[in-house]
Amino acid sequence: MNNIIFRLTLPILFGYLPLGMAFGVLFATQLDYAWWIAPLMGLVIYAGSGQILAVSLLAAHAGLVEVAIAMFVLNARHLFYGLSLLGQFRGAGWRKGYLIFGLTDETYSLLTSRPRSSDRQYEQDVDFRITAFNQAYWIIGCAAGGLLGELVAFNSTGIEFALVALFIVLTIEQIKALGDGFPLWAGAFSSGIAMLLVPATHQLITAITIVTAVLLLHYRWHRQSPAGVNHG
Amino acid sequence: MVEQYYLAGFIAVSALATFATRVVPFLFFERHTEHPLVQHIGRYLPAAVMALLAIIFLRRSANWSASLPGLDALLPGLLVVVIHLWRRNALLSIAAGTIVYMTIQQTGWLL
Repeated sequence: MNNIIFRLTLPILFGYLPLGMAFGVLFATQLDYAWWIAPLMGLVIYAGSGQILAVSLLAAHAGLVEVAIAMFVLNARHLFYGLSLLGQFRGAGWRKGYLIFGLTDETYSLLTSRPRSSDRQYEQDVDFRITAFNQAYWIIGCAAGGLLGELVAFNSTGIEFALVALFIVLTIEQIKALGDGFPLWAGAFSSGIAMLLVPATHQLITAITIVTAVLLLHYRWHRQSPAGVNHG
Repeated sequence: MVEQYYLAGFIAVSALATFATRVVPFLFFERHTEHPLVQHIGRYLPAAVMALLAIIFLRRSANWSASLPGLDALLPGLLVVVIHLWRRNALLSIAAGTIVYMTIQQTGWLL
């Protein structure tokens, strides 16, 4: 089974190793802490952009309240992710806490895209392993970057495109599974507005907020058109 | 010593704030799993989020001040779409797009 999980998470490996290393190198070159703090952060925080922000907050010796707010706002897009996984994670027992903890953009993408059988326990076990594999790649990347620091000179420039390619592939798969192109247009519309109106650091949360609002309108419109649907 | 407490506090606060963003829906919507609105959002949101992640990160991967603006990322992106629609093999599509992107970035072609 771990073989299948490895295949499934391979694109994440290509994305997380270089990105984790980028974080580790940044950490080691900007700050004066022990190298193992970098993988420790990957273990307990586990957020790509959050950890990169953490380096600049640590360098500036930011107050802890400021840190809490900055981290929450930066990761606020995750607020919406759980909505699609409420049923899927139900009854996952001891695994549930970890499944929620490990809900990065990439893990969310894999968990909501893969085909599922009716054997819920088995599927939750697969979800759990996917999450753990992904985090392992991330921690290994952080550790390697932290250890090597400025020594890294490998020419893997551009390998992080694997994550962009993964998002493209998953969009196609999701649209095919749904049989409805609406979410594609909603996503394109909201990311377009966000990229036009706000700076890069706020684009994701802005786009996700807009797309959620669009889906709310879509829901209302959907409910009104077929007559006789009871109110929930 | 003070520095170590600060670092420990910093990591704890960052971990809690990040976890909070992930756990909130499970705390507040767990009982409403069957609600049609939650079902509707749950059904359409992943595809919509995937599309916007793809678009936003594709735009960020591109060099918009090149002589052919953005083509260095749009071309491999388009390749991923075409190969995926053709073969529907996720690893193949991702590998092809990534290799072409890396080649373009490292050789400076299209830049």
